Amino acid sequence: MPLRNDLDQLVDVKGGFISREIFVDADIYRQELDKVFTRAWLLVGHESLVPNPGDFYTSRMGEESVILCRDKKSEIHVFLNSCRHRGMKVCRYEQGNASLFTCPYHSWTYTTDGKLQGVPLHRTLYDGVLDREANSLVSVAKLCNYKGSIWATWDKDAPDFLTYLGDAKIHLDQALDCRDGREGGSEVIGVHKWVFPANWKFAAENFLGDTYHNPSHRSVDLIGIGPSAAAGKKGRRDDELEKAEHVWISFPAGHGVHSAIQPEANEYTESFLDNPILEKYFRHCFEERKRRLGEGARLLPFVGTIFPNTSYHGRQPRGLCAWHPHSPTSTEGWRFFLVDKDAPKEAKEYLRRYYMRYSGPAGMTEQDDMENWLYATAASTGTVARRYPFNYQQSMGAYVTDHPLGGDVSKQVTEQIARGFYRRWTTYMQGGDWHELLGSPAGKRQAAE
Amino acid sequence: MTTTVQDQDRQERAANATIERSAAYYRLKADVEDFYYHEADLLDDRRFRDWLELLTEDVSYFMPIRRNVKFGQQAARENTKRGEGISWFDEDKWTLTKRVEQILTGVHFAEEPLSRITHMVSNVQIGGARPDIGTARELDVTSRFLVYQNRVEYETYIFVGRRNDTLRLTDAGWKIARREILLEQNILLAKNLTTFF
Ligand code: FES
Ligand SMILES: [Fe+2]
Repeated sequence: MPLRNDLDQLVDVKGGFISREIFVDADIYRQELDKVFTRAWLLVGHESLVPNPGDFYTSRMGEESVILCRDKKSEIHVFLNSCRHRGMKVCRYEQGNASLFTCPYHSWTYTTDGKLQGVPLHRTLYDGVLDREANSLVSVAKLCNYKGSIWATWDKDAPDFLTYLGDAKIHLDQALDCRDGREGGSEVIGVHKWVFPANWKFAAENFLGDTYHNPSHRSVDLIGIGPSAAAGKKGRRDDELEKAEHVWISFPAGHGVHSAIQPEANEYTESFLDNPILEKYFRHCFEERKRRLGEGARLLPFVGTIFPNTSYHGRQPRGLCAWHPHSPTSTEGWRFFLVDKDAPKEAKEYLRRYYMRYSGPAGMTEQDDMENWLYATAASTGTVARRYPFNYQQSMGAYVTDHPLGGDVSKQVTEQIARGFYRRWTTYMQGGDWHELLGSPAGKRQAAE
Repeated sequence: MTTTVQDQDRQERAANATIERSAAYYRLKADVEDFYYHEADLLDDRRFRDWLELLTEDVSYFMPIRRNVKFGQQAARENTKRGEGISWFDEDKWTLTKRVEQILTGVHFAEEPLSRITHMVSNVQIGGARPDIGTARELDVTSRFLVYQNRVEYETYIFVGRRNDTLRLTDAGWKIARREILLEQNILLAKNLTTFF
């Protein structure tokens, strides 16, 4: 079990070297589950997956199965999907509606708000002993419905979700808000779930703003699969950020984003040329958003990762990912694809097709990501390989700390975000308090020492 | 609305399940099997452009995501639906052509170097023939597949499932007009789906 000092050696943020051990070692992995995944806020799902009372959706937090459930009074809960009696998975359906969860093993039943209700032969076998209240399904300590996305943490001392997000909030907002600038209003139109043989941090880091890996997508850029591809445009998306100033931001709580700021004039870039109805619709959304948000509309999202394992794609395509750890060298990817709930039918139809050809294991873009994550993990397991840390020296020191967007803001492609992510990862692994985990100045000083 | 399409599929197959095993049926079935073996050869020989030629211009190529549902809800909810939401594939010829073009760039790293793939097809049955078995121009065919993929060194996947096809007779022979691929997995146990089924 590595000590505090070992971790500081493994993660040398100052020098820009991070040991391969943290991507492949089984002990470190076990500690991550214990120290990171039981404390940080994790994405569980979306309210549109459980629209009605009694609706449930089984999800994951870290390695564990959880039930996202809307009780009879319409309140949302997240429970560990494991019976208090002998641990049986109380729900093995992915989604549905229930008035009770009946454990298949010995038939204890739980209500939709997690309370133990039925215990067969209770009077004969358990009378006066079994405390029903104390044997409810294990609930998360805190839960947040943020603009429809559902987040939870097992740590009762965790700060509220917005504090946890900090200045990363307005970037995540761009993925969750309507295309015309209204707040929230998204729905999930489908979920991908797949397992790939790579450490979960490769996926998290990919979306932190590793724009540097763009060359690995050359094949898809050559053929063109974007929303104007049929109209003859190459690339994998419309070049909406063509004139924008790109920013790469590392936030003190470990989150990181790659966003862009449109020039003052903030003019619409032609997009969705494949379909005149969509072109008109998205142009309208752009103008509406500008009218609603004014200056704020100049900020556009690209990608980001909310520490530790939630990533988003902000525009083309658009969705939330959870990278669930399976083992040091295996990860279960879940992607929730988002559209505006009230988008026209044509837009939803087009977007779902675009998302499918872009994203996930069948997606022409992300197939190449997965290839990279797999073989980077595989080639780092060797005894000799582990002696040589990964290089994280890109754009060292090339950032400002006084930008209005907050955090460490870089105007060039940078591994500052990854360095920030692993610095915070180390704080979790060393059992830091929430003050330190949020990267408050005192915490920062300590980590830098 | 798409439930109706799937229900229709099912009803058509059910209605034709008892298609008479005449000499004409077996002749046609042999033709179809030959067609599938040829298709498998094209894919496994990496003749992807030639494979595209086996698809009609209006082809619909669909692989749903399979879900764990309560008994009794299989028909309505087990599979994601064609034309709705997110599936593994719900594509037309344009997108399939893009997939082929991508492999042919030589820099699609998920298929570079190329995987070694074998397609096995079995359990072929003709469920429907239009206008009739003797003069069929369109067929509903069910089959099973086993696709073995090995790539680079140790990476190996086995995909097993069912296919429900509609084949159409053209001047160039049989072509696939509609394909539904039912992979027998819930969470995809593969990092990628870079092959065609
Ligand atoms: S394990 Fe659930 S009732 Fe026994
Ligand atoms: Fe990528």
